[in-house]
Amino acid sequence: MKIRSTEITDTFAEAFKMSAARIIITAESDYWAMAAAQSVTGFATSVIGCRCEAGIEKTLSPKETPDQRPGVSVLLFANSTKGVGNRLVERIGQSVMTCPTTACFNGLDGTEEKFSVGEKLRYFGDGYQGSKVLNDRKMWRIPVMEGEFLIDDSFGIQAAVGGGNLLFLGKELSSTLQAATAAAEAMRKLPNIILPMPGGVVRSGSKPGSRYKALPASTNDAFCPTLRGSAPKTELGEDEACVLEIVIDGLDESSVAEAMRQGMHAAVEAGGEGLARITAGNYGGNLGQYKIGLHPLLQD
Amino acid sequence: MKLTVHTPPEVPLEAEILSPTSLAGLSEAEVSALIVHHGNRKEALGEFFSVNGKMNGRLELEGDLSFVKLIGQGMADGEMFIEGNVSGHLGCGMSGGRIVLNGDAQDWVGEDMTGGSITINGNAGHMVGSGVRGAEQGMLGGEIFVRGNCKNEAGGAMRRGLVAIGGNSGDFTGLNMVAGTVIVLGEMGIRTGSNMKRGSVISMNPARMIPSFSYSCTYQPIFLRFYLNYLRDVGFEIDDAWLNGSYQRWCGDAISLNKGEVLLYQS
Repeated sequence: MKIRSTEITDTFAEAFKMSAARIIITAESDYWAMAAAQSVTGFATSVIGCRCEAGIEKTLSPKETPDQRPGVSVLLFANSTKGVGNRLVERIGQSVMTCPTTACFNGLDGTEEKFSVGEKLRYFGDGYQGSKVLNDRKMWRIPVMEGEFLIDDSFGIQAAVGGGNLLFLGKELSSTLQAATAAAEAMRKLPNIILPMPGGVVRSGSKPGSRYKALPASTNDAFCPTLRGSAPKTELGEDEACVLEIVIDGLDESSVAEAMRQGMHAAVEAGGEGLARITAGNYGGNLGQYKIGLHPLLQD
Repeated sequence: MKLTVHTPPEVPLEAEILSPTSLAGLSEAEVSALIVHHGNRKEALGEFFSVNGKMNGRLELEGDLSFVKLIGQGMADGEMFIEGNVSGHLGCGMSGGRIVLNGDAQDWVGEDMTGGSITINGNAGHMVGSGVRGAEQGMLGGEIFVRGNCKNEAGGAMRRGLVAIGGNSGDFTGLNMVAGTVIVLGEMGIRTGSNMKRGSVISMNPARMIPSFSYSCTYQPIFLRFYLNYLRDVGFEIDDAWLNGSYQRWCGDAISLNKGEVLLYQS
């Protein structure tokens, strides 16, 4: 299959079951809400090395937030409910509670699983903390030097999908980067997903395992253009000299799939003749619970 | 089901059976035959009320109920709509459901309640949401909304829940309070928060604080937005300035745990 001059490989992205939470950060201004959101999603590109994957979902107007202040919605993913919960406690405690004027609220209602977050962070109040329960919502007021940090007692955690991906194979760096950048930009407009990598794009895609025992993952040599000829095999065609990847985590499979679909169209548009091919990473379907085929997405 | 007063009682009528929970599954005749205490006599409910309709979780009361006490006692579910003024102990000990009163209520509204909501579209007497005399804690949950004024000791010894007064409250608002929230949109009487341990008493007007309360600061409590928006949703008139405003925080009572607060709107 081709879209314009770009070939779309008949393959699938292999995605995995994960757990996820949505946190709503509000503050006195857009600036401080975003400052906290950027901090709480920092160093969260991959569960391999960061124990979670997190990103900014979207900015929120005062009409969309629980306390009617400017806000940012953040999604955080990990391999288990406990993993998500523990990361929330660590990250909200260090990156949101510390940030001037912020408050932090649960953004997933009606989930079967909840994790106590405010209930744990309240101890920072050293006995001066207080709770409020209104209309079945329990919040903690933790005294801080600037006033009070307000946080929901517990946060909903739901099943999610991690590791949706697209690989952009270009003839040279410039057009490949343009394609990936445009794809990431298009995907970021969609709800329920994040792109955890820097700017949404990763150049150091990995394969599981390594010749070094300590490493759980290592460079995806089959897609490294500099290793053509020295690695055991290459996945690159003759005119494919640069590969960039976008990883997509989402609250459900359909959101990830829709992001991939729109991402492919945006990449083709921006990459032009320089974007030779779009494919996706998988492990032969042996590891992940989800297989998101590229061709079916474009045929719908 | 609708109960209409045809013979107003001349002395207090203890009608704790008047709730959707108590009357569930009863016919008109069975309801009319229920026994109530009229002063020191036992009499049939039908001596005072005409009963019409089937119970389907909604009970309506109408007429001169100013001598009828304990309406809604122990109510656990359903809805009750009351037209007229009622005597004391409305909704005492209720754990669920909703009471809406279009009229005034006398003392002890929601005494010892643990859940549900009571809305009074009029005034209330003393002890709204309080515990009985000598009890260490009163209201343990639920919500009481009084559109008009109330008298003394609103929220006395309350431990959880919300008491909101649209008008003024009397003296000793939040007396012996253990926790929970009392919001008075009007003015409060004297000695607010006396002996309170924890909890919040909030007013949109200045108040004269007792010496055992200390001024903490003037700040913008974010949590209060939730309460004020909630009150707006249930029909109270909430000024936008209150949502974004600054409040004096007074902590006390120092003769007790000193972890309570009185928030007074400043600007």
